[in-house]
Amino acid sequence: MAELIEDDEDFDLAALPDDELVEQVHDDLYNGLRDEIAEATNILLSRGWSASRVLDEALVEGMRVVGVDFRDGILFVPEVLMAANAMKGGMEIIRPLLADTGAETVGKIIIGTVKGDIHDIGKNLVAMMMEGAGFEVIDIGINIPVETYLEELEKHKPDILGMSALLTTTMPYMKVVIDTMKEKGIRDDYIVLVGGAPLNEAFGKAVGADAYCRDAGVAVETAKALIQQRRAA
Amino acid sequence: MAPALIIACGALARELTAVIAANGWQHVQVQCLPADLHNRPEKIPDAVREKIRAGRAHFGRILVAYADCGTGGLLDRVLEDEGVERLPGAHCYEFYAGAAAFAAIAEAEPGSFYLTDFLVRHFERLVIRELGIERHPELAPQYFGNYRRLVYLAQHADAQLQEQARQAAARLGLAFEYRFTGYGDLARTVVGFYRGAARDPDTEQQTWQS
Repeated sequence: MAELIEDDEDFDLAALPDDELVEQVHDDLYNGLRDEIAEATNILLSRGWSASRVLDEALVEGMRVVGVDFRDGILFVPEVLMAANAMKGGMEIIRPLLADTGAETVGKIIIGTVKGDIHDIGKNLVAMMMEGAGFEVIDIGINIPVETYLEELEKHKPDILGMSALLTTTMPYMKVVIDTMKEKGIRDDYIVLVGGAPLNEAFGKAVGADAYCRDAGVAVETAKALIQQRRAA
Repeated sequence: MAPALIIACGALARELTAVIAANGWQHVQVQCLPADLHNRPEKIPDAVREKIRAGRAHFGRILVAYADCGTGGLLDRVLEDEGVERLPGAHCYEFYAGAAAFAAIAEAEPGSFYLTDFLVRHFERLVIRELGIERHPELAPQYFGNYRRLVYLAQHADAQLQEQARQAAARLGLAFEYRFTGYGDLARTVVGFYRGAARDPDTEQQTWQS
């Protein structure tokens, strides 16, 4: 577990060998140091690291540790948000390079918070981690009615529909969306993942989702596994 | 009357104490769980279950002063197993305002951030410090960027609290709205619970003899 530091320490990142620099990236992600992440990202790229290698070994791995410590109650929402902001500093540099390689994506996901709900912190974390894992992410925002979910599904034909809710009062709307998909005969065309603080596995099953994902890390692993299953079938 | 137990979220301690004192009830004890459990709502059901089981030996009746509180129905499963009831609704905003009134408020503006008396009093700690905004003001838009207004659901008509709530709204860059709710369904449910406890045949006998 990386140690949270209180004060910035002046550090010559360029003097570190690759393995120590990657460790430092993990620590700096943990401590939410965006400028340092951007600097380290550029250093690794200048040393010939591919964009995907920087993403996988430095950024995504660093966020994985953050996710584990959040799950275990060591880190809390503010620290996770700072870490995510730091990761975005690296992603901004990496993203255009990945696009240039023309690499095929792992899959495509549309993600949005359901109607009546304006919370998006969890959704945004999932979107970021999905992008980091190689997914094409179409984030359609908050307060999304069923009509918009359906329009976006028709427009983008993703592999996955992701729905998020933070309120006990809005999470039942996920069933409205899934039932409408069933009525239209399109339910089986998509993997449906649901998430949000008041949700649980029983709820996910009850509304007819393919899976409930308790955090961004689980969402990524579940998405990869279900896409693989679908393609193998 | 056999003592009755109310297992409550710490955020309701003041209001519950006031209801009990105003009615002059004896034999009702309030035991609180930390309000901080709302940061980890998945921990609420087990914490409540533990309190219920510990309380059975000493109390004739138990009420749980929580709403669903983000447990997504898991608290209700515990309460069904234990045969104990709770406050109505999804959260304290709803039981203070009343279900119909709250639904109307939420529908009118989904981007509403709610405060109660407790949250106004502890705004600096629970919102500014615990959300990390004091150290990292840049986080505020991530938390509050989708909200349009702050709605203060007031249990007491207190000018100082109202002003504090107004300042909280200004600090978060939100429009301010004030609604007086009083104790709403909290009081109604607790009164109903007490009357039920008082009508218990064993209780009535003891009361008559005392």
